[in-house]
Amino acid sequence: MSDVALEMVGVSKKFRKGELYDSLRDLLPAMARRFLRGRPSGELAEREFWAVHDVSFQVRRGEAFGVIGPNGAGKSTMLKLLSGIMTPTRGTLAIHGRLSALIEVSAGFHPDLTGRENIYLNGTILGMTRQQIASRFDEIVAFSGLDDFIDTPVKRYSSGMFARLGFSVAAHVDPDVLIVDEVLSVGDFVFQQKCLERMNTVIRNGTTVVFVSHNLQAVAELCGRTLLMDHGHAVAIGPSDETIRAYLARAETQRSQRQVAGIFVSRVEVRDASGPRVHYQTGDRVSVDVEVVSRGRYEKLALEFGLKDAREYHIFNTSSESLTGTTFALGPDEAITCTFDLQLHLVPGRYHFCTWVYRYDTQTQYDHWQSAATIFVGSETEVRGVVNLYPTVHIGAKHIAPPPAEAVSVPAGVAAAPLPPPRDG
Amino acid sequence: MTVAGGVRGWAGELFRRRDLLYMVTWREIKVKYKQSVMGLLWAILMPIVIVSAGLTVRFAFARLSGTTLKLDDLVLVTVKAVPWAFVVSSIRFASNSLIANGNLVTKIYMPREIFPIASVLSQLMDFGVASLVLAVVLLVTGVPLRPGLLWVPVLLLLLILFTTALGLFLSAAALFFRDVKYIVEVILTFAIFFTPVFYEVGLFGRWAWVLLLNPVAPLLEGLGAAATGRPMPAAGWFVYAAVVSIGGCFASVAFFKKLEPYFAESV
Repeated sequence: MSDVALEMVGVSKKFRKGELYDSLRDLLPAMARRFLRGRPSGELAEREFWAVHDVSFQVRRGEAFGVIGPNGAGKSTMLKLLSGIMTPTRGTLAIHGRLSALIEVSAGFHPDLTGRENIYLNGTILGMTRQQIASRFDEIVAFSGLDDFIDTPVKRYSSGMFARLGFSVAAHVDPDVLIVDEVLSVGDFVFQQKCLERMNTVIRNGTTVVFVSHNLQAVAELCGRTLLMDHGHAVAIGPSDETIRAYLARAETQRSQRQVAGIFVSRVEVRDASGPRVHYQTGDRVSVDVEVVSRGRYEKLALEFGLKDAREYHIFNTSSESLTGTTFALGPDEAITCTFDLQLHLVPGRYHFCTWVYRYDTQTQYDHWQSAATIFVGSETEVRGVVNLYPTVHIGAKHIAPPPAEAVSVPAGVAAAPLPPPRDG
Repeated sequence: MTVAGGVRGWAGELFRRRDLLYMVTWREIKVKYKQSVMGLLWAILMPIVIVSAGLTVRFAFARLSGTTLKLDDLVLVTVKAVPWAFVVSSIRFASNSLIANGNLVTKIYMPREIFPIASVLSQLMDFGVASLVLAVVLLVTGVPLRPGLLWVPVLLLLLILFTTALGLFLSAAALFFRDVKYIVEVILTFAIFFTPVFYEVGLFGRWAWVLLLNPVAPLLEGLGAAATGRPMPAAGWFVYAAVVSIGGCFASVAFFKKLEPYFAESV
């Protein structure tokens, strides 16, 4: 068997905006026109566009490969091409092994059928045999946590239960190549963790996984390499950390219409000893370089530096002045780099650095960069909240606890004491 | 790709996914009966309605021509009306099957011919129930068993193949053009007048061949003849029906597979 599980070479997919010819009345004139003119498939006609344009990549056997990009970048179209739902307009793609796709996992459910019946129906739709489903039935039900409702028609399920059952079936298919599209965002927090764990297990078991998600942290944690797509093009492809940084940088330049005044923060970079990275472990030491560029003369300058969590709450703040007790000055076309050394005592999650440069004595704020750099923090132990207190626990030996005194054996006077006195009236 | 290789590949994939075919067929049947009071009675309701209509027409014919209605006439109507009910409901159901399963067609890859084929199979179950009831009724009323009945399985097989071929073709066509659905409805409503269900092609004398061009006609005529012992249509017509049914299956599968890559964009 070859080492490549999945390969795309120059794959393009063309779509039409607006209505297709939906009835014979529209089609016949259109066909006549096309017949008379004739045009190569490589060109775009009126109202056509490339949803995926000239994308090439390889995924090795056993590799976890991420695909990220903004909405409308062509990610979903590419997944549909990979899973065989659509065929490319140009280019070739090859898949070695049995492929299964987790795209809309509950698409095969019929509302009138029970959970049990739908497990069988959806399982066969996803490519399992009835025998395989029967042998994993209990596992699937246990994973979904829906034991009590398994003989209830799924139309009575909540949307969360619906999605959980869908994912539970899909997670037990066991293909050679697994394509996952944003399905990890179903259910509550606990179920999401369970899904992520399951993905981890699937990857560890040597399944090739293509993972499309907006959850950059999940991509960073699960995938070795990642492809960044934008407007149908493959913009970047490489180690996940690099690609995610490229994506965040692009998103940041597009989002922040910063008024660049005479003095501004030009660059914020998070790195550790090995260089710039986006994904860290809790407790890691990092350095953040903040570069300030000046186009005029500015005195008594200082840098404010803070950290926000995923919900945009400020959870940490400091400044160059309070750390050093000094300020700095810049002349025209001068730049300075301040490096903040930090230790990330944080719980797993996504964090943004924010920074601004200000004049210390007048407290004049010159430039405010709300979300200058994004990092992801992971952890081996499960801790939640804001800060990591590095918990350990010691469970002591058992000992006898004296039984509680029974009410009847207690002397009347003692038992009456804690009771409030009866109210008059 | 050679034709033989293509067919083998297609049949192979269908065979690998036979459990899916089973489950989708099972779903169609299960969902139909799940919340109905009548349950299996549904399977014979449609044939009963068609047979009643046929008997009414036969009765009117007899009055008009001043003859009396014979048992044979009634047998002819019933043994042709029950398969006809199967053909009509299968084609109606199959031609809409891809649109009805649009969310699966656009979301998950599978051999899509499963849907029209499962539609035909689920109707086949109703047909089986109705046929069983019909057979019992005919035996009870004293219709004798004749050697001609040995032809019945062959004729039914051809009828099923023809229905499947048409169902595959129409389901794919209906996905691209919504007109197809309405055209099929109109044709299915009036086809009973162009097909020898309530009458025999003999009625048309030397123009009978025009009616027999409809591949369903020789098959229904053959079923009627087998049950009553009347003369069968010429053997050539059966060869014709067989060629159209089997050839139609190949052509429909080829057509279906050719268009399948564009299904997801057209739903």
